[in-house]
Amino acid sequence: MLASLTSELLQSLRIALQAIGAYTLFFVRLLKEVPRALLRFSLVVDQVHNSGALSLVIIMLSGLFVGMVLGLQGFDLLERFGSEESLGSAAALGLLKELGPVVTALLFAGRAGTALASELGLMRATDQLAAMEMMAVDPVRRVVMPRFLGGVLSMPLLAAIFSMIGIFGAQLVGVQLMGVDAGQFWSQMRSAVEFGDVMEGVVKSCVFGVACSLIAVYEGYHSVPTAEGVGRATTRTVVISSVIVLLLDYMLTAVML
Amino acid sequence: MRQTRTIELGTGLFVLLGFAALFFLVTQITNREFGLGDGGYRLLGSFEQVGGLKPGAPVSMSGVTIGHVEGIEYDFNEYKARVTMRIDSDYDRIPDDSDAGIFTAGLLGGQYIGIGPGGSETFLAEGDQMQFTQSAIVLENLISKFLFSKAGEKHGDAPAEASTP
Repeated sequence: MLASLTSELLQSLRIALQAIGAYTLFFVRLLKEVPRALLRFSLVVDQVHNSGALSLVIIMLSGLFVGMVLGLQGFDLLERFGSEESLGSAAALGLLKELGPVVTALLFAGRAGTALASELGLMRATDQLAAMEMMAVDPVRRVVMPRFLGGVLSMPLLAAIFSMIGIFGAQLVGVQLMGVDAGQFWSQMRSAVEFGDVMEGVVKSCVFGVACSLIAVYEGYHSVPTAEGVGRATTRTVVISSVIVLLLDYMLTAVML
Repeated sequence: MRQTRTIELGTGLFVLLGFAALFFLVTQITNREFGLGDGGYRLLGSFEQVGGLKPGAPVSMSGVTIGHVEGIEYDFNEYKARVTMRIDSDYDRIPDDSDAGIFTAGLLGGQYIGIGPGGSETFLAEGDQMQFTQSAIVLENLISKFLFSKAGEKHGDAPAEASTP
């Protein structure tokens, strides 16, 4: 009983280690291809369109509502201490440092990550990747790399848009609905937020962009070539991305705070 | 061809919007000044206590912002905090016997330096030191002073009350 349990534990530990190793090797392989992929930039532009421009609507809508909720909740909380004027700085710092990068990354994994994984998985299932190899075209170079880079480039921009819209959402609720003074709202925000806070958000969103894109292309590229396998790759993309983003978020916050 | 053009248009719009958002966040939300042709001159002031003053805090005269705090260091010659202020070049007629104090905007607001003009005919210029400074008020000191003075007033009956139970 105990022996079988330990052997099972060892087995799952081995699988986890293997997965980490495979991810690392795949990432190194992608990094090596970066200069060559930048030469064929039109492919990357297409993917920035796919994972960035097409995610704009969901990001902007979510940003607006997250900002509005933040305005409402922040107002309710700050009103108890009689300092509603700090709403601007509270909302801006919360959005820039935490909610902007994290919520954008989660939405990005759901919107763009799944699309990448299922697209690559279907290419694998319908032997398109094998066909490319037959024609001496490296599928990693031609198909995976542009998608990876497109995601990496889109994420920071999406997060910045999210934060900006969120601040306007908080302003909408705080100033227009709840009656916080507009001048106080903006001036307190300006005196509280520093350049480093904005950069913290940018660094976080860059890291999340790399993580989400890597997970999506890895899971898609290595999916089992069946209908079930593609579905599973898509699910794994969302699950792994979400957990990794939250884990990385804690570690990055601890380092940069 | 049409297909590619719309893709490029969408991508371009997205990238433009993204960078516009970044630019907005950096310039409008933070207090960082991107002075193009950054003029102005520097003034120095030594304070016993700067409290919560931070670089980037405004320097004002009668409530009008005339510059910003550039840096705060500790000066081991005087054993005081040395504050460097950058004043916009438009405000170049500050009398050299003006005084500088650190005040708080509102109850929980940030701290700023307020300059009260003196009566001298000569004006402060680049690198000059403010002669008269007034430290930031530290709330804890005020409270402890208040408590000590209260305790001194009630010196007669306070210990008796404490010993009754």
